[in-house]
Amino acid sequence: MKEFVMIYWSEPLGEIKLTPEGNMEVSKEWENWMGGIAAQNKLVSPGMRLGNEGRTVKPGNVVTNGPYAEIKEIVGGLSIFRAESIEEATEWAKSCPILNVGGNVEIRDIIQMNG
Amino acid sequence: MQEKELIPHLYRTEFRKIAAVLCRSLGIEHISIAEDIVGDTFLLAAETWGLKGIPQNPAAWLYTVAKNKAKDLLKRNAVFSQKVSPELKNSASEFHETDIDLSVQNIRDSQLQMMFAICHPSLPAEAQIGLSLRILCGFSIDEIADAFLTNKETINKRLYRAKERLKQVKAKIELPPDAEIDKRIENVLTTVYLLFNEGYYSSSTNTVLRKDLCLEAMRLNHMLTENKITDKPAVNALLALMCFHSSRFEARVDSNGELILYEDQDISLWNKGLIKQGEHFLNRAAQGDVLSRYHLEAAIAYWHTAERDSPQKWEKVLSLYNRLLIVEYSPIAALNRTYALAKVYGNEAAIAEAEKLGLDQSHLYHSLLGELYTEIDKRKAIEHFTAASKLTKTSADKNVIRKKIEKLKH
Amino acid sequence: MNEFALIFRNDFHPEAGYSPDKLQEIMKQWQTWMGGMAAKGQLANAGTRLGGDGKTVKPSNVITNGPYAEIKEMITGIIVIKAGDIDAATEIAKGCPILNAGGNVEVRDIIPMGSN
Repeated sequence: MKEFVMIYWSEPLGEIKLTPEGNMEVSKEWENWMGGIAAQNKLVSPGMRLGNEGRTVKPGNVVTNGPYAEIKEIVGGLSIFRAESIEEATEWAKSCPILNVGGNVEIRDIIQMNG
Repeated sequence: MQEKELIPHLYRTEFRKIAAVLCRSLGIEHISIAEDIVGDTFLLAAETWGLKGIPQNPAAWLYTVAKNKAKDLLKRNAVFSQKVSPELKNSASEFHETDIDLSVQNIRDSQLQMMFAICHPSLPAEAQIGLSLRILCGFSIDEIADAFLTNKETINKRLYRAKERLKQVKAKIELPPDAEIDKRIENVLTTVYLLFNEGYYSSSTNTVLRKDLCLEAMRLNHMLTENKITDKPAVNALLALMCFHSSRFEARVDSNGELILYEDQDISLWNKGLIKQGEHFLNRAAQGDVLSRYHLEAAIAYWHTAERDSPQKWEKVLSLYNRLLIVEYSPIAALNRTYALAKVYGNEAAIAEAEKLGLDQSHLYHSLLGELYTEIDKRKAIEHFTAASKLTKTSADKNVIRKKIEKLKH
Repeated sequence: MNEFALIFRNDFHPEAGYSPDKLQEIMKQWQTWMGGMAAKGQLANAGTRLGGDGKTVKPSNVITNGPYAEIKEMITGIIVIKAGDIDAATEIAKGCPILNAGGNVEVRDIIPMGSN
């Protein structure tokens, strides 16, 4: 079993809905998708959802405002899974709700750090 | 109350109170001595009350005797360390002539502090539960052996090792400092929940004992809600969860000791008082902005007591199981999630999800698939129920499954 | 205190051309920077370092090999830090060794999920 990151890319999705307590309001689609993988005991961490604020720091202390946007898609969030292979992870990614809003899923293997 | 019933009754209610105060006064190194003092006190009561009659205030009598025995012990040891062996003075276990305070407040505080000392992360779970039953709940060694379906020697060994370990790590009998309190409360809740589940899911036929275990777990949990420092949302959520579960205690098992499934339970046997209490603590738990797994489990239990069947219920329950699994995986949650999914999206969708779970060594998995296939494919349903019957260990389960197979064959 | 994600980006496989000494030097820089943050209580999660393998899944089951490669840079790692606000987080990001290797750091606010 190896660990993989899924990075969710999409064009900025506008205002992010929060619950009254200030937490992320998660849609039924995301809950079902992630819950299904979690039920197989293959979810390592639900990870994080990133907001619309951002700064980019480049060499020479150059700072620009906004999320990193050399391309039109930005990173919306990421999660961590465990799978036998990147192919297994890819199968799950095919039903990721981000694809329904025109987004992409980037799957990357994780280099285990020792110490 | 007759003297014959009075002493066992007082044992259950007062042993733990006196033991907690004495442990706190004498220190973690002397838990066994504290236990002995309380034990001796009850022995004396048994001897003298039969002859001299029951005292006016039996509890006060016990407190006085225990107090005096402890004070004598302290005096003797003070003398010993002063006159006989000053060079053996160990600052960690210096005896002081402290007053043994058996006021209501100190009893309450001591019990809370003992809870944290006993539910110490360095003790294995079994040891924590065993020691909790002994010191925090006043169970006899026999009763504890009964609860664990084992014998007295095993329990005695377990408790001895637990106490030695606590001495080793110098466990403190006090509320943990602010920086640690949340983590330590988590430890305590884990033990309390395990204790509850021992009673709730035990295959022991002693229903009185099993109910006792559940009630004791709830009582300990309740203590935490009564102290401002430990009265956290997760604490209230767990108590709500236990209230909802135990509200169905009477309806779960029939007169032959057989398990009655949720769908077949007689709702009139559900304890409405406990359900109300559950709702009360669930409301108290809704403070703050972080949900523990207990919040999610309590909410699920709430929906199961609120209504038997409705589309809204199962959507909510599915959502809650999704969130629970995302926070922490367990095979039971995975299976229950699949059941809820069936109610919302139909059996075929659920069967597809179930087959990805990797739980085909579990009798519960096969029982679930048996249910899901029942209307769709009788042959497969019987296959799965048969597999379940082979894998399950309890006869109660085997009977339930046998009945289902028979129903399918007609 | 809020949590912020720092996303590190650099050219594909920058380490490929480095000598063992240079690699050692870079490791040391990272350890110093991460250790410094940890000591100040700024590090919420030491995060993940991402390898060179990858797949990208797009709508309509389109799958391409390799990291998200619309641009010549790829994400090499992500950590989570604690800071008062995004400007404070940006100050911390300025100390990241990746900037000495031609890479860049994206700073983003994290939306709390509400369960633990």
